[in-house]
Parts: sequence; structure tokens; C-alpha cells
Amino acid sequence: MTATFPTGDRIDAFPTRHVSGYAVRPGRTMPFGATIVPGGVNFSVYSNAAQAVSLVIYDRDKPEPVAELPFPVEFRVGGVWAMTVFGLDYDRVEYGYRVFGPVEQQTGDRFDPAKVLADPYSKSLTGRDVWGADPDWDRPQQWLSRLAFDDFDWDGDQPLRLPSSDLVIYETHVRGFTRHPSSGVGSPGTYAGLVEKIPYLKDLGVNCVELMPIFEFDEFENSRISPVTGGRLYNYWGYSTVGFFAPKAGYAATGRYGMQVDEVKNMVRELHRNGIEVMLDVVFNHTAEGNEHGPTISFRGLDNRTYYMLTPEGYYYNFSGTGNTFNCNHPIVRGFVLDSLRYWASEYHIDGFRFDLAAILDRGQDGAPLPNPPLLEALAFDPVLRDCKLVAEAWDAGGLYEVGSFPSYHRWSEWNGKYRDTARRFLKGDLGLVGDLATRISGSPDLYSWRGPQASINFFTCHDGFTLADLVSYDGKHNEANGENNNDGANDNNSWNSGWEGPTDDPGVLEVRDRQMRNAMVLLFSSQGIPLIVAGDEVARTQLGNNNAYCHDDELSWFDWSLTDRNADLLAFTRAVIAFRAAHPVLRAPMFATGYERGTTHGYPDLSWHGVHPWQPDWSPGSRLLGWMRWGRTADGKDDVVYVLHNAHWEQHLIELPELPEELRWHLFADTSDPAAPPAPGQEQPLADQRVYPLQDRSTLVLTARPSE
Amino acid sequence: MSFDISVTVRGRTVIMELAGDLDAATAPTFHQRVEDVDRNEVDQLVLDMTNLAYMSSGGLRGLVFAKQKMGENVEIVLVGVNSTVGETIRLTGFQHSVSFADRVAE
Repeated sequence: MTATFPTGDRIDAFPTRHVSGYAVRPGRTMPFGATIVPGGVNFSVYSNAAQAVSLVIYDRDKPEPVAELPFPVEFRVGGVWAMTVFGLDYDRVEYGYRVFGPVEQQTGDRFDPAKVLADPYSKSLTGRDVWGADPDWDRPQQWLSRLAFDDFDWDGDQPLRLPSSDLVIYETHVRGFTRHPSSGVGSPGTYAGLVEKIPYLKDLGVNCVELMPIFEFDEFENSRISPVTGGRLYNYWGYSTVGFFAPKAGYAATGRYGMQVDEVKNMVRELHRNGIEVMLDVVFNHTAEGNEHGPTISFRGLDNRTYYMLTPEGYYYNFSGTGNTFNCNHPIVRGFVLDSLRYWASEYHIDGFRFDLAAILDRGQDGAPLPNPPLLEALAFDPVLRDCKLVAEAWDAGGLYEVGSFPSYHRWSEWNGKYRDTARRFLKGDLGLVGDLATRISGSPDLYSWRGPQASINFFTCHDGFTLADLVSYDGKHNEANGENNNDGANDNNSWNSGWEGPTDDPGVLEVRDRQMRNAMVLLFSSQGIPLIVAGDEVARTQLGNNNAYCHDDELSWFDWSLTDRNADLLAFTRAVIAFRAAHPVLRAPMFATGYERGTTHGYPDLSWHGVHPWQPDWSPGSRLLGWMRWGRTADGKDDVVYVLHNAHWEQHLIELPELPEELRWHLFADTSDPAAPPAPGQEQPLADQRVYPLQDRSTLVLTARPSE
Repeated sequence: MSFDISVTVRGRTVIMELAGDLDAATAPTFHQRVEDVDRNEVDQLVLDMTNLAYMSSGGLRGLVFAKQKMGENVEIVLVGVNSTVGETIRLTGFQHSVSFADRVAE
């Protein structure tokens, strides 16, 4: 007879009393939030200074509360109020908390019993179930918490644990990725829609999708009509979190039924099945509650002094530029952040996290930067997060720029803003950059000597700023459609329009732009470190020069899938470059090159620099041309040799190639002056002339050495 | 919420007709009927959903529950699934446990 565990026989599965007509019993303090237990739901919420808390229960179809259950005083353990409630309908119940502060509130307390607060630990929120659907603005609580079923058939799925040095990151907005009518998916603009495009991602060769915020947020925050276009502007990007444990219902095809949890898990499972990791863009630097003029959703009414960095007078510090700053190094908030990340890592099988404005995470409670910030230390050493990638956007809006100095504990990687700036400037032909470019190409050892090149996330573009197509089509930003007189968005774009500002038919200009995009792709994917592109760069997606499209839920920001046909050449080129990188481990080496012959073949150094003459790079201030050769050995002892030379000059040059050992010959992978798709790895043809190569203006040459046939 | 279930056995096929709403409140009834089936005597479990109006999150899990209870050797076939129910099953990934058919085979 096999052992069984009948859930109905636990001695704590029975009520002990009634409150407001509901059968209840003292709850379990852990886990925090609402948990389905045998026979009932366990509610646990903490507030350090609250004097009393009530659970307010709603039904899905009724705007007014159905019942209000004050937590009996004897159900409190420390600052935690816990109660198990029986007889609830798990599909239909919605809930919140009414929190009563002390009669004498301290400076910084903002208790307001008139408000019903959402549970900071809710795994599912209701209020914006369908993207863009007009909210009921008369309802005082715009957000309520719901229950989520956490059981899910993962069918053996696990985080992929791909080596960091092998990652190719593709940053995308969930809705923007498939919302355009041309996407052809069954559920445009959703997690399910993204699943339908997995074959495209797999074919492109990316192995990590970085999703812009999917934690529940309010697309109607700061929503307004554009004075320029007359269309509605939304909080489209979502960098303003309402729920740190709940996925955005409005991104789910099944959000109207409350099934977004399952839909997200299914998306993760399908991506994993296809060898693609999932990285989440997470925003712990501030919340959607804003400052004292913003909405009270949860934290402010539960424990304002704990959750936010406050001035001595009780106002909100604003290091995020958005109104408030999350008090991340407070012990309670630290625990909250850790709980959230552990939840996503374990329950959703998430492979990594990218922290928005991460410099805020190392500010102390008074805002001053800490040398040993407890939160970052805790995240770096947490056992649940141990195998997750941790990536920091290592600056904030308060003047703290920490690229290269972010407290890393040997775990964190960073968005390398210095790579972006140097690479962009070199691409457009600026002077005095070859030295810095060399450092960036080799993985930025000046910044990351303690961790290796995989600490460096290299990128030309991301959601912030121009797309790749716009980087080569515009000198300046054009954000008029945002309705802020083009004052918003960065001014230092380091872009060049290739001869004409914006849309043009001039074939000469268009040819330069195409070539420049190919140059950028080659430079990015032949650099050591982890390459990141933003969705659409591979097909020249344009935002018409808007470098701050945060508020556009329209064709300006949506991925136009007709570009995969119109720009099939660039797509094929990008695919080939990604495949080339995958075929050459030397480009993905996890250690910095030494310049010596260790680990190479034929006595060649692992990294060497070149100019128009081999072994003679031109480091002078007037130089606009740099070549580099990576030389390694594959696991089975074969030569792994890649030579790249980027001529950012407007004149062509005759390049003298390095001499190879007797048995090897140079084979051509790409010359970016040629728009044709490069060959598949292993199919490259030998150069007729092994000594010199005439390289066009603004072009990049990529060669690999293989034995002569 | 109303939910009805009637069970017919035809040789090694068990046919369950589900009607009404399958949600968290009514799921236990469905689970109990699935547990009553002896998987060693069955090749196919047919769930006739022609009269099933709605399936919630709580109800969806019944499909996986049935798959786990019946085991590898029993095919679970959904018949007469309306477009809403079918869509939610596919969008949340619960279709992996089951097959779909247009009508009950004779």
C-alpha cells in the first residue's frame, strides 16, 4: 500500500472562529502574500507601524466590497498580520488591505485608512486586465489583488544556465514585438504572441530574450493626448512598477480571464525548449506610487517610512527622476526585493535579471552611496539566484555613474555605456578613438579586470535612444510626437545621418546607411563581452528619429514585420554574423586576452592589433582605422583565427594582411561594402590574393584562417 | 456556478460529458470522477465539452490532473471544445496534456 497525504486531514485545516461571517483561523506568517492552503487561503501582510489591519474582500463582478475582516489582534506576530480564511471562491475573489496607523503618526508615515491597498506580495493583480481598456476612474482603488494558482506543469523545464560568454541578448518589448498588424500572430502584443515568433528568434540565432518590464504597471500613468499627433500617449515601456510579484495582465491574451501567470510560464517553457534564455528587466529603483502627489497603491499606506528614501521632513528623495526612490538597503525592503527575485527565479524559471538604474541599489537610506551595499551583497550571494545572470544598468538619474565601479562581488555584469559611446563615435568617424576602441573590443579590461569580459554587456543600441537604423539616419533627436517640444530624450546620441537627415530616396545615402549598420553588427559581434541588440535592429526598424519612444503604443514603436522582407539583406547579414560568432569560440573567450601565445597555435599571440600594415596599428589621434586578430585553439586542437579590420575613414585603403603559417590561408567571411549575405560558417572562400586586400571607405573586413584545401 | 458531469464507459473508453462551468469551485467534482477511473482498464478518456461554457484557471488544471492520474498509456481527448475554451487552453500551454477531436468516435 503506497503512502498518501490526504490534504484534508491536517490538524490546522479547520477554522477556529468567525470574523464578519467568514470562517477563519490564525494564519501562518510565511510565506508573505496570499497562499492557497488546504481548505482556505492564507493571507499574510506586514507593516511595522500599523496599529490595525483589515482584509477587504471583493467579488470579481462587484465594485463594492463584499466583506471586511479585521485581523484579530491575537493573529498578529510581530509586525505581521496573518489569517487563513475558508470558503472563498479562488477564481472570483479579489482582496486588499485597509491599514490603520497610530494616532500620532511619525514624520514620514502616510497611513490612510480611507484607502484599500493592494498586497505588495500579490501574485496577480486586477485593474488593467486588458491593455488600454478605459479604466473606471470613479473607483477609488484602481488595483486589487487576486489569487494565483502556482502549480504548473513545467514538463521537466529548468533554467538553461548557458555560459555568460555565449549569450546573444535580444532586448524586446512584449507588446511591441507582435502588436503590429503585420506580425501575423493569433494574439498580437502578448506573451502568447511572442511564443509564435520563437522560430524567428531561433533562426536569427539569439539565445537570450531580455524582456522590458513585465511586472504589473499602469499604462495609463501620465497618459495624455499628444498635442502633435492627437493620439493617446501611454506609459508604454512600463518602467514604473505596481506589482513586483505579478505579471502584467494587459500583456496576456488570457489576461481578461486572469490567466496571465500560466501564459507567462508557458512562454518561458517554450523559449527554454528552443534554447533561449529569459532575462527580465526589473525596476526596483522606484515604484508607481510617485511622490506625495502620486497614487497610493500599496507601499505608501503600509509602511511609507520603510519603503521609500525620505528627507528628514518626510518628503521623497528623487534619485530615479520619477518621483520616489525605493529604499533598497533598508533591511525590510532588502528582504522584499530578495523575495521578489527568488520568486521569479524559482517559480517562473527566469534565467537572469537586468536592473534598471541599478546605481540606486547601492545608495543607503539617506541616499548616500554605500561602499558595501547590503542589498547588492545579498543578491550576489543568494543561493536561489546563484545561477541567474545579474546585469546592472550601472547609473541613475541622480548623478551616480558607476560603469566599472559598480559593487559587483564578482557576480554582476554591466550595461557598458562606455562601449556604446566609443563604438558609436568610431563608427561615425570621430577622431582619437582607436585606443579606447581597442580596450572596448577586448572586453574592457580597464573596467572589469576582476571579473572577465562577460561582465561587459556590449551594445550600440537599446530601448533608450535611437534604434540602429536611426543611429545612422539622424544627427539629432526628433521627439516632437512625445508632446514635450523635443526637450525629452538624450542629446548626446553620437549619431551621424550618413548625409541626409531622416527619410530619403538618395541611393548614395541609403547605401552608406546600410553599410554602417553592417559595420556596427560586425564590430559588436566580434567584440569580446556579451553582445546585445534591440528587437528590429536586424531589419533596420526605425522610430523616425524618436530616441525616447517610452510613451508610444503605436506604429512608431511596434516591430513592423514587413521589414523582414524589405530588409531581408540586413536580416541575412545579421544572422550570418551571429552564426560566425557562435562558430568561433575565440570571439567568446571567457578570459581576457594576454597578447601572448598561451593557448594558441603556431606561436601567434591570442590578440594582436593591426593597421594598413600588419602588426602596426595606428594609435595616432588622426587614425580612423583599426584591425585586430584573435588567435585561439578549439577544444579539438584546431586553429581558431579571426581577423577584423574596420576602416571608419571616408577613403579606401589597401590593407596588407598578416602572414599566416604555411598550412593556413585567409578566407573571406565578410566585406561590409558588399550587401550580399556572408557564407555560413565553414563555407568561406579563400582570398585570391593572400597578401593585400583593397578595403572600401567606411567598410569592415572579416577574415578567418583555415587550412588550404 | 453550475456544473454537471456524466460518465459513460464503452469498452476501454471512458466518456465524460461536462456541462456548465469548470472552475475552482466545481473542479473537485471533476477530479473525483477522474480518480474513480481505473487507468489500467482504460485506453482513452474522452472529455466531451460540447456543453461546457467556461473553464477558469482552476478548471484548466483539471486537464493536467487528469493526465497525471491516467498516466502515459491513456490518451485524453477533448471533444466539442468551444473557441473560448480552446483558445485559453492553447494560450496557457495546457494543450500539451491532451489531444483535440471534433466529435466522439463511434
